[in-house]
Amino acid sequence: MIKKVSKHIVQNELLLFEQSSPGKWGYQLPPLDVPPVDAAKALGKDNVRSEIEDFPEVSEFEALRHFTRLSTWNYAIDLGLYPLGSCTMKYNPRVNELVARTEGLAWAHPYQPEALAQGCMEVIAALERALEEITGMAAVTLQPAAGAHGEFTGILMIRALLEERGGARKKILVPDSAHGTNPATATMVGYSVENIKSNSRGMVDVEALAKAVNEDVAALMITNPNTVGVFEENIRKICGLLHEKGALVYMDGANMNALVGVARPGDFGVDVMHLNLHKTFSTPHGGGGPGSGAVAVAEVLKPFLPGPRLKRAGNQWQWNYDLPHSIGRVRAFYGNFGVLVRALAYVMAHGGNGLRQATLDALLNANYLRILLEPHYDIAYNAPSMHECVFSDDRQAKKGVRTGDIAKRLIDYGFHPYTVSFPLIVHGALMIEPTETESKQELDLFADAMISIAKEVEENPDLVRKAPHLTRTPRVDEVTAARKPIVRWKRPAAAPQS
Amino acid sequence: MLATIGLKSEEDLISYLPSDVRFSKKLGIEDGKSEYEIVDYFKALAARNANGCASFLGAGVYHHYRPVLVDAVVSRGEFLTSYTPYQAEISQGTLTSIFEFQTMVCQLTGMDVANASMYDGSSAVPEGAMMAVRITHRDRVLIARTVHPEYREVLRTYTQHQGIPLDEIGYAKNGQLDLDDLKKKLSDDVAAVIVQTPNFFGLLEQVKEIAALVQAKGALLVVVVAEAVALGLIEPPRDADIVVGELQSFAISPSYGGPYAGIIATKEKYIRQIPGRLVGETTDAEGKRAFCLTLATREQHIRRDKATSNICTNQALLALMATVFMTVYGKQGLRELAEQNLAKAHYLAGKLDLQFDAPFFNEFVVRVNSPEKINARLLEKKIIGGLPLDRFYPELKNCMLLCATEMTRREDMDTVAAAFKTQ
Repeated sequence: MIKKVSKHIVQNELLLFEQSSPGKWGYQLPPLDVPPVDAAKALGKDNVRSEIEDFPEVSEFEALRHFTRLSTWNYAIDLGLYPLGSCTMKYNPRVNELVARTEGLAWAHPYQPEALAQGCMEVIAALERALEEITGMAAVTLQPAAGAHGEFTGILMIRALLEERGGARKKILVPDSAHGTNPATATMVGYSVENIKSNSRGMVDVEALAKAVNEDVAALMITNPNTVGVFEENIRKICGLLHEKGALVYMDGANMNALVGVARPGDFGVDVMHLNLHKTFSTPHGGGGPGSGAVAVAEVLKPFLPGPRLKRAGNQWQWNYDLPHSIGRVRAFYGNFGVLVRALAYVMAHGGNGLRQATLDALLNANYLRILLEPHYDIAYNAPSMHECVFSDDRQAKKGVRTGDIAKRLIDYGFHPYTVSFPLIVHGALMIEPTETESKQELDLFADAMISIAKEVEENPDLVRKAPHLTRTPRVDEVTAARKPIVRWKRPAAAPQS
Repeated sequence: MLATIGLKSEEDLISYLPSDVRFSKKLGIEDGKSEYEIVDYFKALAARNANGCASFLGAGVYHHYRPVLVDAVVSRGEFLTSYTPYQAEISQGTLTSIFEFQTMVCQLTGMDVANASMYDGSSAVPEGAMMAVRITHRDRVLIARTVHPEYREVLRTYTQHQGIPLDEIGYAKNGQLDLDDLKKKLSDDVAAVIVQTPNFFGLLEQVKEIAALVQAKGALLVVVVAEAVALGLIEPPRDADIVVGELQSFAISPSYGGPYAGIIATKEKYIRQIPGRLVGETTDAEGKRAFCLTLATREQHIRRDKATSNICTNQALLALMATVFMTVYGKQGLRELAEQNLAKAHYLAGKLDLQFDAPFFNEFVVRVNSPEKINARLLEKKIIGGLPLDRFYPELKNCMLLCATEMTRREDMDTVAAAFKTQ
C-alpha cells in the first residue's frame, strides 16, 4: 500500500518563450537621474544590438506563477526522504539561508578594502579552523567550488610537492569503486590512471595495491568510508604502503558524514583530502549546485595551497599573496563564500558533541534500514555498514527487474530513488544513504515501500518495470534526447512573430 | 532502533573501527548554539564589514539590483533542496528551468547551444580553452592581457600540466587588444585566442576583426563576458566559436566572491565537446514534451579518465536566480537596464581624466596621482572608490578602475568627481 502520497492537481505550464507577449515586462527601474546617452554614439553603431530576439516578455506575476508551477514538478528533501547514496541529502537548516543573506556579508565586494572585510575574513578563518579540527589536518583551503574542483586542487598540490622532491611521477592509483571524478581529475593534472581491484568485502585489495605501488606512483585516491559504505579497515597499512615508496594518499571525503567526530583522516595517514560542504555540512544542493570543495592538507603540503591565504597582522586579517610555492589560483576571489557562511552556521549549531552525535545518528539510520531490507534484497558485501548500505538487484534481476526499475517504482511510493547502478563494482547496485536527519517514521515508510516493491517484483514484475505510474511525467525517453540533442528552444518556423 | 539492529548503544555502531583509527577525544569545537545566537554572531561579523557605503568597485563583480521575485523563487524548498535532476520524472521543474536558462544564454550571446552553467566565470575560461584544444587538435593558447587578471591566473593553474603552452597578448594605447601583437603571435599551432568584452578596463573589444584574424589561422576565438548586463545593449559576440562568462550581474549577490554562475556556449557543431551538464528536450511515454539530462557520455561518471572535464555539478540554483532575473527584466528591461548603466558611467567618466579612449560600457580607467590617497579621502565620506590597478598592471601605477551601475547615485558620483578635482 502506498502510504506517503496521494493524487493531487498539478498545473501544466508552457515555456516562458511560448507565453511571451510583445511589450510585457515585470521590472521597474527608477527614472534616470543623469542625462541619457545615445548608445550608438557612445559605443559605435556596429557595437549596439537591435534587440535580444525571442527573449521573454511576461509580467511579474506571470513570472512568479511560472516558476512556482515548475517547482511543483520537483521532488525535494523538504518533501521527504531522499536516500541518494554518496550524496548525503540531509536537512538544509533555514537559519543558514538567513545568515547567508545578512546584508554586510551578502553585499560584500571581494575587492573592498581588507579593513572593511574583516567580518568575511573571520568567517573564512573560523571555518578553516573548524575543518582542520574535524579532519585532523594542518591547514584548509576554501577556494575550490565543488568536490571535483577540490580533487583537482589536491592532486595539483601532490604534483607540486613531488616535483620539488625531484619528479612528478607518472600515475595515480584509483580503486575500481571510486567516483568517476577521481580518474577524470588525475588526467587533468597530467597523470595516467591505474585501477586497483576491490576484494570480496568491497575494500581495497591490499595485496594488489602493494604490487601496484612503485616509484612511478604519485598517489592513491581513496574514498573512506568507500562507496559501498564500508570503512577501509586497513587504511593505516594502505597509507604506509604509499608513504614507503614516497607516494601520497588523497582521500575523497564525499563520505565524511560517517566520520566526523569518530575518526580523523589526518590521524590515520591521509595527506590531502576534500570535503563536500554541500553534503556533510548541510548546505543545500539547489538542484545541482552551488557546492564547495574545501581541501585539507597535512603540514608537508601547506606551502603549495592555492592563494591568497589569510594571515593575521595584529588584530586584523590580511590576504597574503606572497606564496612562492603555491599551485596558483583555482578560482577567482576566495571561494564560494556564501556556502561557507552556511557551513559555519551548521558547525556552530551542532558544536563538537553535536557533530559527533549526527555521525552516530547517520550510522544508526543506515544500519536500521539495512536490517529491515536485508531479508528482501541481497546485501552487496558482508561487511559492517557505516552511513549507507549497498544492495545488489541479483534477486530481482531473476524476475527481469533491475535496480533502475525498482528506483522508478519507488517514486510511485512518494520517495526519491536511491543511487542507481553505482558503485560500478556492484552488479545492479542500490546505494541507500538515509542521513541522520530522518525520523524512524520516515525510515519505516521507506522500508515498507521497498518491501512492498520486492513483493511486486515476485507477483507482478511488469508493474515495476513500467513504473512510475503516478507521476505527472511518466518515463522519459533519454535515448532520443541523446541521439538528436535539442538543448534550447527555437521559434517554430511556421509561426510568424506576432 | 538499536534493538532492531541488535546493539546496546550507539557507540556499538563504531566498535569495529580499528582502535588506532578511532578518535577518542572530544572535538575542539564549542558547544552547539541556538538559532538566535547564530543569527547574532553573523550580524556582528557583518557589522565589521563595509556598511552603508556607496561603492564604485566593479572588476568582475557588480552591484546590480536584485528583484524581490528572485529570492521568492529560489527560497522554495522544491528548488533549494533538490539534487541534480537525474530522475527526470520528478525533476521536471529544475530541468525545464535549466532548458530555459540554456535558451536565454544562447539568445544573449548569439551562440547556438549553452550548457546548464559552470562554477563561475574564472573556471569557465580554462574549460573553454580545453574545449578548443580538443576541437582543433592543437595545443597553444593565447589570452589577452585585458582579460580579468584572476581569470588568467586560473587558466595558468589549469593548463600547467596538460601540455598547453600559454602566451599573453598585450593591449594597445587605447586599452583594446593589440592587433599587431596578436598577428605576431598567431602561429599555426594556436588552438584558441581568448579575449574579454567589455574587457577588464571596461572597454569593448573589436570582436569581429579579431575573429577574422583568428579563424583565418584555423584557431578558435573564445570570448569572455564578465559583465553580462552589457549584453542587453551591445552586439553579442556572434563571431566567436565559444563564449564563456559570468552571470553574477544577474541577481547573484556579490557575497565576497561567490557562489556565482559561469556560462559556456558554442556553435551547434561543437556540442559534443562542451563540458558539464546539458539538459535536452525529449518526450515522455505519453508523447508529451519532457526534459532530461543528456549527452552524459561526455561526462566523468561515464567516461572517467577520458571525460571532457572532471566537472560534476553545475550551479543550478544560481543559474535559476539568473533565469528569474532575465525573465523579470525581459527583452525591454534588460536593454533599459544596460542603457542606465551606460548613462551613469558616462556621466561620471565625463568629469574625470580617462586613461584610454576606446568605447566603454559601465567601467573605465582613470588617471590619478595617488589611487590610495583618493580612496582614503572618499572613505571618509562613506564611499568605496575604485580598484587601484598597479596590483595587476604595474605599468598602470597611477590608474584606477571605476564602475557605475543603475544603483549608483548621482550625488555620490558628484562627490567622487569633486574629490578627483581637488586631489
